[in-house]
Amino acid sequence: MKILHYWRAMWGIIWRECWRFVTQRERFVSALVRPLVWLFIFAAGFRSALGLAISPPYETYILYEVYIVPGLCGMIQLFNGMQSSLSMVYDREMGSMRILLTCPLPRWFLLLSKLLAGTAVSVLQVYVFLGIAWCYDIRPPLQGYGWILPALVLSGLMLGALGLLLSSFIKQLENFAGVMNFVIFPMFFMSTSLYPLWKIKESSALLHRLAQYNPFSQAVELIRFALYGQFNQHTFIYTLVAFIVFMTLAILGYNPSKGMMTRKGGAG
Amino acid sequence: MSQPLRQTNSKEIALSIEDLSFSYSGKKALDQVSFDIQSGECTVLLGPNGAGKSTLFALITRLYDARSGRIELCRFDIKKQTSKALARLGVVFQQSTLDMDLTVMQNLGYHAALHGMGHKLAKQRIQEELERLNMYDRRKEKIRQLNGGHRRRVEIARALLHKPSLLLLDEPTVGLDVPSRQDIVEHVHSLAKDDNIAVLWATHLIDEIYPDDRVIILHKGQVKATGTVDDVLQQTATSSIKDAFYVLTQGLQG
Repeated sequence: MKILHYWRAMWGIIWRECWRFVTQRERFVSALVRPLVWLFIFAAGFRSALGLAISPPYETYILYEVYIVPGLCGMIQLFNGMQSSLSMVYDREMGSMRILLTCPLPRWFLLLSKLLAGTAVSVLQVYVFLGIAWCYDIRPPLQGYGWILPALVLSGLMLGALGLLLSSFIKQLENFAGVMNFVIFPMFFMSTSLYPLWKIKESSALLHRLAQYNPFSQAVELIRFALYGQFNQHTFIYTLVAFIVFMTLAILGYNPSKGMMTRKGGAG
Repeated sequence: MSQPLRQTNSKEIALSIEDLSFSYSGKKALDQVSFDIQSGECTVLLGPNGAGKSTLFALITRLYDARSGRIELCRFDIKKQTSKALARLGVVFQQSTLDMDLTVMQNLGYHAALHGMGHKLAKQRIQEELERLNMYDRRKEKIRQLNGGHRRRVEIARALLHKPSLLLLDEPTVGLDVPSRQDIVEHVHSLAKDDNIAVLWATHLIDEIYPDDRVIILHKGQVKATGTVDDVLQQTATSSIKDAFYVLTQGLQG
């Protein structure tokens, strides 16, 4: 009976998030515009500037557009994860989070369900993006579209948990602009989403190291390999461990007796 | 200091608060608050802005965790038996917590799912509660299309879906016109009487108090008076709740 309760609540939370996203047309469109601008404009411009040698999972020379597609999938999830996690924290004072937190289920489960729901939305976005990329002649093998799903779920959860963790602990990151400057951009540019690791190594050893240990890089590589029907164990474990660490800390941060909300104070 | 109410045969204690204190960065928002609320009674929590009403609600709904004092919901400790306690609680928050772009039905269905209700039961409960509030015909409308009074009704229906023993309302009539206010005040009072629900209603509008309500007056984080309307009048030697409220809040400032 209790398990059924968990199950129903989780699907309720996921369904609500997806439905809201689909009905809010502007949100849907603007979520797609960002990666498409990168793909159609940035990547097209850089096509000639960046020569890419053959490196796994690619078996042949590829165009730059092909290379950055997995990175842009990651970017969709990065923005989405940060945005939905931030709204979770700042909604809680008055918004729908308050209703969610008064339902009789453990808080960790509600947060996890919320993260899953945010991830589901980002996965939807990624598939629409990949559909458009397909029309643009970027066509990974068909089975890749299936393999990418579990990879996207894991990377979405990891990035969502990171967002939740940041927003519970760091008081300064109260607006999205701050998060863009201090988290999203460094994470995105210091990763393998726009250029391969060996390319970074050529210019700076330090950057290379940072990019290598950046969990976002690992998530992007997990997605890249999955899109070409390959399972990359190292990136999988790295992303999974990062998720567990971020999630555990985030739950501690969200705990009413320890979290930031009591430190920040509220309405009298 | 408050006098805890004793349990009688027909009534159960739905909410029990004992020595509850809470402070924000050193400033006391609640100071040794204690009171009980029984089933079938409507208790009005009166207090000026900043009295600690919202903090109290945040603690009962576990948005914050109290470090000192106890909160029990239907005899379940909110800290130790959280899920059992929360299952008996229905809340209407001051700010609307409905999804504007979802329909009435979708909003209520979401809440039913959170409380683990199956599809059939949820549908039946939603129909029951909406019909009581004359809102069933509007179930397919988006919340955005409803006026403030109707939105409040949906929130009350939602808070009752899982048949709670205690209903908390945080200034639910703020910003509503007079007829909508009256409807809601009457409906909530009838819930206490007919369904034996314990109601805790925070407000600063004195005309929402019925003569047989119980009253708790909170000021600067302390319970200044508690009891029936008559009790409070007697305690303060006044003839109206308005005067009593004035004596207990303004009179004591300074």
